[in-house]
Amino acid sequence: MSDFVSNGWAFYVAIVTLLSIAGCAALLYSLGRMRVAHKAGERVETTGHVWDGDLAELNHPLPRWWMWLFYATIAFALGYLVLYPGLGKLPGLLGWTSGNAYVGEVDAFDAKIAPRYARYLAMDVKDVARDAEARAMGERLFLNYCAQCHGSDAGGSKGFPNLRDSDWLYGGEPERIRETIANGRNGIMPAFGAALGDEGVRDVAAYVRSLSGLPADDVRAHAGKKVFMQNCAACHGVDAKGNRDIGAPNLTDRVWLYGSTEAAILETIRNGRGEASAVTRMPAHKDRLDAGKIQLLTAYVWGLSNVR
Amino acid sequence: MTGPAAAVVPADTATFNYKVVRQFAIMTIVWGVAGMSVGVVIAAQLLWPDLTYGIPWLSYGRLRPLHTNAVIFAFGGCGLIGTSYYVVQRTCQARLFGGPLAGLTFWGWTAVIVLAVITLPLGYTSSKEYAELEWPIDILIAIVWVAYAIVFFGTIAKRRTPHIYVANWFYGAFILTIALLHIVNSAEVPVSFWPMKSYSAYAGVQDAMVQWWYGHNAVGFFLTAGFLGMMYYFVPKQAGRPVYSYRLSIVHFWALIFTYMWAGPHHLHYTALPDWTQSIGMLFSLILLAPSWGGMINGMMTMSGAWHKLRDDPILKFLIVSLSFYGMSTFEGPMMSIKTVNALSHYTDWTIGHVHSGALGWVAFITIGSMYYVIPRLFGRAEMWSTRLITLHFWIATIGVVLYIASMWIAGVMQGLMWRATNPDGTLTYAFVESVKATYPFYAIRLTGGVLFLAGMLVMAWNVFRTVSLGKPVEARIPSLAGPAPAAA
Repeated sequence: MSDFVSNGWAFYVAIVTLLSIAGCAALLYSLGRMRVAHKAGERVETTGHVWDGDLAELNHPLPRWWMWLFYATIAFALGYLVLYPGLGKLPGLLGWTSGNAYVGEVDAFDAKIAPRYARYLAMDVKDVARDAEARAMGERLFLNYCAQCHGSDAGGSKGFPNLRDSDWLYGGEPERIRETIANGRNGIMPAFGAALGDEGVRDVAAYVRSLSGLPADDVRAHAGKKVFMQNCAACHGVDAKGNRDIGAPNLTDRVWLYGSTEAAILETIRNGRGEASAVTRMPAHKDRLDAGKIQLLTAYVWGLSNVR
Repeated sequence: MTGPAAAVVPADTATFNYKVVRQFAIMTIVWGVAGMSVGVVIAAQLLWPDLTYGIPWLSYGRLRPLHTNAVIFAFGGCGLIGTSYYVVQRTCQARLFGGPLAGLTFWGWTAVIVLAVITLPLGYTSSKEYAELEWPIDILIAIVWVAYAIVFFGTIAKRRTPHIYVANWFYGAFILTIALLHIVNSAEVPVSFWPMKSYSAYAGVQDAMVQWWYGHNAVGFFLTAGFLGMMYYFVPKQAGRPVYSYRLSIVHFWALIFTYMWAGPHHLHYTALPDWTQSIGMLFSLILLAPSWGGMINGMMTMSGAWHKLRDDPILKFLIVSLSFYGMSTFEGPMMSIKTVNALSHYTDWTIGHVHSGALGWVAFITIGSMYYVIPRLFGRAEMWSTRLITLHFWIATIGVVLYIASMWIAGVMQGLMWRATNPDGTLTYAFVESVKATYPFYAIRLTGGVLFLAGMLVMAWNVFRTVSLGKPVEARIPSLAGPAPAAA
């Protein structure tokens, strides 16, 4: 129901609304008009009805201030309905809608803050990264838009890369970082459980652990190397140093996105990573953040590894 | 009180059914203590999040609906049903209609509450706020409620007084509307009986609108109209004064029950609800201000000529202070429904403060005052065992409410301002967690207020226990219409 489907409903709603407000006014008028005998000094009588021995009712007229308060709210309602949407599909004289109001507020706000970003857009990212004020802005932007996944210290967590360790899945040059923020990244590790079989998975896991000097079964690691060359090297490279064009991680550098335990590696190989869940993908921000904000974030993230 | 009458066991038709009133009255106190205890636990959990860490059925998400259901439907519900049975009999001069049906409503309602106490901590929920109970319990509620309506309106129909007293208008509106609200909002498609699971009959924004049509009218009819019925009997009785204005009763009754029906959309400001619906929700909420205040004026002005009684009558203190809180929260409500105010207040603890100024200050106070009036009369005593303890209860509870709502107001406004604060570069000044951290001191004050309020209820429970131990159940004779009413209980 973004709205009722037919105009008939809109008319019905508008008429019921107006009749309801008119009904309140009519009720108030009919009982507010009658003043009963209540001139100065005159005693107000009860209605004459008695319940439960001693319960009775006086019949004071409506307090005037209360009656006018009631009328005032009714008048306000009618005025509001003339100016704002409220009567079925009638738009209201001001033409106000919550959608337009939102867009208007956002545009006005963006216009107000734009000058602060304009000067950094004209600068080289590396210079921006060295500017103290830009770094402070970048940090605030990071806390607003990035910290939910990458952590307020940019240290990352399981499945969300650490951005301070000079290790890059897609490259750490400013333009690569900008691309990552603007367009997002969709790299996935496919599941190899079915293709390799249980023994194959265990062998290749042992080989992967051995690559960064972690303890591993030598026999399995030896067997795993062959499996690796046939199945994994296409993405991770024959030297297992990864491929930044497709975000295939370097497996020799002791940096682990999903953990280095045997169990974690087995899970990664068997079931893959990122295929089933969009949560683990880097979303594109170009529709959400303008060029100025992306410039400052790029500089901030680059600076985390390159500016001391 | 009725020494000779109580000695001779009179025929059923000659007495009021006080037994069912006694059952509901006692359970009002029991559920009050229980429901408020759960409230104190969840208030403590907000202060110490690890309090019951790792115990799923004591987690906040499950205890919170238990708290709201227990205080609204168990404490408030027993208070409303019990007093409505008392009031409708006495003002109609007729025994409750339907013989054993009234007793069945007690056991049925108790069964609903016990099932809620079991299923909510186990995690069964329809996920609709204030309507969390799953479908088999929903059906039981509907049956019990219809039985309650038959007893109440049957008694009205066989009344021996020519006119229907104003308290019964409000009780009647409450009973009819709750039946309508419950049945429409709980319309759901059962998936399985065990584990209990159902899906709402509505989807998307319609579901949200039906839910808040229900939600706000639960406030309007359960927590307002019903308790106004209570007010219209117990305030004039305890003050010994006639109701201020019959005319005002008529205007504010019809305007209140009519206008409340429209106010629900103000719970969905700035959502996918269409603009016109939001506008109407706000406007009728504003129009609701005067009709709401009508009840406060009628109650307060009934005190004309009896204000001096407030000095040493703690029951009257409860009743009159409840009207003050009623007036305050029914002013606050329309203000919060204004969209620009709502933009600040929505989703903050201000809402929690607003709800509790109504729930503790109005609903609980009027119930407590009415129970102090009615319980001695049900057990053949002139008054409660200790008036001093009532006074003590009054002051503890008042301080508790003030601490509670003042802390939540401050916390709410603070949260709203922190969430919207921005830096000159357009970024948010505060992370969400910073607003949580800043709220901690106010959570501590709120917990203190809640503990005080609960302590007051324990004082009341002790006082009630002593009163009941000293007295014995009475079956009051129905006074004859001819001649002056005897001073029956």
